[in-house]
Amino acid sequence: MSQSEFETVLDHGDAAPGDEPAGRHEVAEGLLGYLIGLFLAALITVVAFFIAGTNLVWGPSIPLALVVLAIAQIGVHLVFFIHITTGPDNTNNVLALAFGVLIVMLIIVGSLWIMANLAENMTPMGM
Amino acid sequence: MTAFEAGAGYGGQNRGGGPVTILGGGSEPLVSHADGSPASRRIIVGYGFWIFLLSDIIMFSAFFATFAVLSSETAGGPSGKDLFNLTNVAIETAFLLLSSFTCGIATIGARARNDLMYYGGMALTALFGAGFLYLEIHEFVGMIAQGAGPSRSAFLSAFFTLVGCHGVHVTLGLLWLLTMMAQVFAKGYRADILRRVLCFGLFWHTLDIIWVAIFTVVYLLGSG
Repeated sequence: MSQSEFETVLDHGDAAPGDEPAGRHEVAEGLLGYLIGLFLAALITVVAFFIAGTNLVWGPSIPLALVVLAIAQIGVHLVFFIHITTGPDNTNNVLALAFGVLIVMLIIVGSLWIMANLAENMTPMGM
Repeated sequence: MTAFEAGAGYGGQNRGGGPVTILGGGSEPLVSHADGSPASRRIIVGYGFWIFLLSDIIMFSAFFATFAVLSSETAGGPSGKDLFNLTNVAIETAFLLLSSFTCGIATIGARARNDLMYYGGMALTALFGAGFLYLEIHEFVGMIAQGAGPSRSAFLSAFFTLVGCHGVHVTLGLLWLLTMMAQVFAKGYRADILRRVLCFGLFWHTLDIIWVAIFTVVYLLGSG
C-alpha cells in the first residue's frame, strides 16, 4: 500500500528529504544515482588525500584546495545520497538547509574572527 | 469550489472524479493533496527529521569552531602531525563512504520491498560502520596509551570532543540500524516503519557528511 503513499507524496509537489525525485521508481535508476555519487565522492576523497601529502602543488594553496574539495564532496553527498535538488518539490528542504548553512558559517567564521582578534590583542606570554 | 465543499468531499463520494481520499491498505488513511490539505506524514516526518539533522550539524559546527581555534594550542605536547596516521584515516573514510552507499541500496530495497537489497544493504552498512568504529576506538586507545589523551592539551581536548562526538553518533546510528532491521523483519514494510527507515537513511548520510568535514579539517589540514 505504501507504493500509493509514495505516489501521493510525489503528486503533491513536495518531496521528503531523502526521497528520490518524482518518477524515479526503477531500482536500476536509483542504483545508478548512488553509484554516480559513490564514484564522485571517492574521486574527490582520493584527490584530497593525494594533494594533502604531495609536493607537486604550491604549498600554501593546499589548505584552500582541501576546503574547496570538502565543500564539493559535501555537495555530492547532498545531491546523490540525500537527493536534495533544485526542483520545486525541494524548496522547503533547500531553504532549511540554507538557513542551517548560514548559522554554521556565522558560528565558525565568527568564532575564528573573534578569537584571532583576542589573541592578537593579548599581552604575549612571559613578558 | 469553496473550502466547505472541498471539505465535504472528504466524506467519501468523489464527485469530481479527481483524487480526493486514498485509503491505505493499513490503518492510516492517506489524505490526498487537495488545496489546503496537510502534506502526507512521510513529508512531515522527513522534513522534521531534516530540521533536527540541521540542528545537529549546527552543534557540530560549534565543536569545529572550537577545534579550529585550539588546534595549535598543544601545550608542548604532540601535535596532529605527530599523532595522526593518514592510512588509518583513509581506511576509515572508505568504510564510511561505502556504508553510505550500501545504506542507499537498503533504501531502494525498502521501497522496492526487496528483502535481499534491504537486509543485505543494512547488514553491509552495519559491517562498514562497525569497522569504522573499530578503527576509531583503536586510534583513540593508541593515543591515550602514548600519553596523548584528552587532558594533555587544549588541542587534544578539542580533538577528542569533536571526533568522539561523531563516534558516539555512529554508535547510536548502529543501534538504530539494527533496530530498523528488526522492525522490518517483525512488522514488514509498513508505512510507519518505512518513515523510520527514511529517517535512519538521512541520519546515516549526514554522519558521512560530517566525517568529510572531520577528515579534511582535523586530519588532512592538521597533519599538513
